[in-house]
Amino acid sequence: MNRVLARKLRTNVCGSKHIFQRACSTHVTRKVSSTAGSNETNANSTGDSPQHDIAIVGGGMVGIALAASLASKPLTKHLNVAIIDNNPLLGRKNIIEKGHLPDPRVSTVTPATISFLKDIGAWKYIEEQRHAYFDKMQVWDYTGLGYTRYNAKDVDQDILGCVVENKVLQSSQLSCVQESDLQKTIYPARLNSMDMLPSSSLTGLGEVPSTADLFMRGRLAKLELSDGNNVYAKLVVGADGSKSRVRELAGIKTTGWNYSQNAIICTVEHTVENFTAWQRFLPNGPIALLPVGDKFSNIVWTMDPTEASDRKSMSEDDFIKAVNDALDYGYGPHPETTSSGGSSLSWLTGDVNISAKERFETPPKVVKLSSERMMFPLSLRHAKDYVSNRVALVGDSAHTVHPLAGQGVNLGFADASALSRAIAEGIALGTDIGEANLLKRYEAERKPANIAMMAVLDGIQKMYAVNFGPLNAFRAAAFHGAHYISPLKKRIISYASGEQSLPLFS
Amino acid sequence: MNQMQRILSARRLSHSIIPQSCFLHRRWFSTSETDASSPPLSSPHQKIQTLEDKASNKSRSTASTTSSLNEQELAKFSAIADTWWHAEGPFKPLHLMNPTRLAFIRSTLCRHFSKDPSSARPFEGLRLIDVGCGGGLLSEPLARMGATVTGIDAVDKNVKIARLHADMDPMTATIEYQCTTAEKLVDDGRTFDAVLALEVIEHVANPAEFCKSLSALTIPNGATVVSTINRSMRAYASAIIAAEYILQWLPKGTHEWSSFLTPEELTMILQRASVDVKEMAGFVYNPITGRWLLSDDISVNFIAYGTKKE
Repeated sequence: MNRVLARKLRTNVCGSKHIFQRACSTHVTRKVSSTAGSNETNANSTGDSPQHDIAIVGGGMVGIALAASLASKPLTKHLNVAIIDNNPLLGRKNIIEKGHLPDPRVSTVTPATISFLKDIGAWKYIEEQRHAYFDKMQVWDYTGLGYTRYNAKDVDQDILGCVVENKVLQSSQLSCVQESDLQKTIYPARLNSMDMLPSSSLTGLGEVPSTADLFMRGRLAKLELSDGNNVYAKLVVGADGSKSRVRELAGIKTTGWNYSQNAIICTVEHTVENFTAWQRFLPNGPIALLPVGDKFSNIVWTMDPTEASDRKSMSEDDFIKAVNDALDYGYGPHPETTSSGGSSLSWLTGDVNISAKERFETPPKVVKLSSERMMFPLSLRHAKDYVSNRVALVGDSAHTVHPLAGQGVNLGFADASALSRAIAEGIALGTDIGEANLLKRYEAERKPANIAMMAVLDGIQKMYAVNFGPLNAFRAAAFHGAHYISPLKKRIISYASGEQSLPLFS
Repeated sequence: MNQMQRILSARRLSHSIIPQSCFLHRRWFSTSETDASSPPLSSPHQKIQTLEDKASNKSRSTASTTSSLNEQELAKFSAIADTWWHAEGPFKPLHLMNPTRLAFIRSTLCRHFSKDPSSARPFEGLRLIDVGCGGGLLSEPLARMGATVTGIDAVDKNVKIARLHADMDPMTATIEYQCTTAEKLVDDGRTFDAVLALEVIEHVANPAEFCKSLSALTIPNGATVVSTINRSMRAYASAIIAAEYILQWLPKGTHEWSSFLTPEELTMILQRASVDVKEMAGFVYNPITGRWLLSDDISVNFIAYGTKKE
């Protein structure tokens, strides 16, 4: 009977491409475990298969953030965590050489995320690597009808955010995890299939039930990896990105749509240092120029798929010309700087609105392309449920957003923080961490906030997708409003910085 | 942890709750016949009087030895014993309330025994007894918090279910379950650092005797935690009419309003049993979020933590 149930939930995929990885990864079974004193009852390796408290599938920024967050809390740092990711570089030290060219895959971390990273002790490692704080932001569009400048001093802060390479974020957090007491095991393999049975009615069991027994009674989830290992865990966390395998195996449905846009990312160089984040909305999508430090900047340019493949393959010089054009006079004029903060609207500026008095500036010229151009398609995706029996989703596996506001990974970090808090509360009250009620509390905290952010971002994306006179005028009015009306500006900055989790009523 | 912070500001029991009227010099819980001839009383005292009469009637009809068992109540629980661990079954309210009462217990006992509240297993080394453990809903989390737990219940089926469920997790397999009563354990001379009797006292025949047994099981300076439902009109409306008839959370007839105790009565009978009630808190259900919260509102569900005198 139980086997029938098991088969219903199982989806076996053994593509041939996995065979190659399996061959490589069998040689690399690195078990990075550390002893942690008196908690042997948790690491119950009964000789058959290893049993863990939490199995994090996906060792990217958000998955490792969850592990680091658990490691930093006194209530959870004794847990036994398995990290399943077939990236062979995961866990290897010194993968970042000093003085290297910045990788084009970067993320903008908001102040809220920075305080999360400081709490888990990872920020000190990030500061040792290249990172770029910025305190000013300028947003405008191709119509030249308006612009908005944001300054961190508008909200009495020093920074609006910081741009860090993704691999720096990942490795810093991993260093935290490796130095902590958390018992962790890294499985360099891919997840093939996953089973969890519903809690079954109690029947007679032997003296000490084996992991297989516990699995059959619905107390553990079983993960089958591509290298043939079976891992058992009380809770499975899906941190494996927008094409999440965990989400697929758990049968969680998603809604969403593909944007008919692709994004090209690359690193470029200037002659002067860049301290501002620039974003210009063009007819086919925004182009963003973000400082990454040492006169380098990162470009995220969203455009049509055809244009994208053109621009990816054109010569470097042509590409640089296109970028400079897009940031400057291409597609439309510069907005006018209204004199001294707009005399007709000065009564709206209220108290401190430093950036309202700032003039429109042209972004620094790009002189050199310093990395390859990467292209990827954009989409919006949202999981209907974040949790299921013994499964929780965090990060892009739960929600994928447009990069236009640099929010994606910040939502993921907030998820990791909320889930680790829910797990800590569960441990404090002696609950089984895979229990549905506990996980639902995490979902109830994060789902409204994530949906609100997705709605805002999708709204902005749609608003800029159409070149229509009245809509352009409306956008210009929005620019002016955000630029001059300080309460609105403060609210926008505070929401984008992650200080507020909901755009309204918060 | 917001719940923890709430507990810390929970209402501490002050003497103002116990009415400073003249009844204190009377002996309300003696079994002597002279009580029957007491002068007319104001209403809470009348209720205590009738409660005592009913209790003595019940106990006379059940067994020859003093016992706080109530056969009808046992039968009620025996019928639904299999559903203890079904989170959506007849015990759903207890499942929902469990984290909240565990938060109170964790906070008060950590303070009482000077344990570190941020440790994952703060009750390491403490012997706890869960009287009326049912399916082990409370015993298992306490065991996960490090305590050496003994769970007792008068219904044999409950103890069997509790045993089977606890054996499924190595952390809870160490719980000792017995089908027995508090009185019998007192006779065996067992004592514990903390005695917990949650949602039990409203089902026993003789609450006063029950509290005396609870106290006898507690070591001097140990802790006793009792939770029950208040005998108030609000409790009748919520715990009986709403919970049993309208929302159908509980089977009809689970609770009898007349066997509820008011906080004052509970404090008094615990006092008579040498347990000083130090803190009391209420549980409030928020229908929007579907969660229970700790609060100062003791008008429906409440929990009391007391310390045994030296």
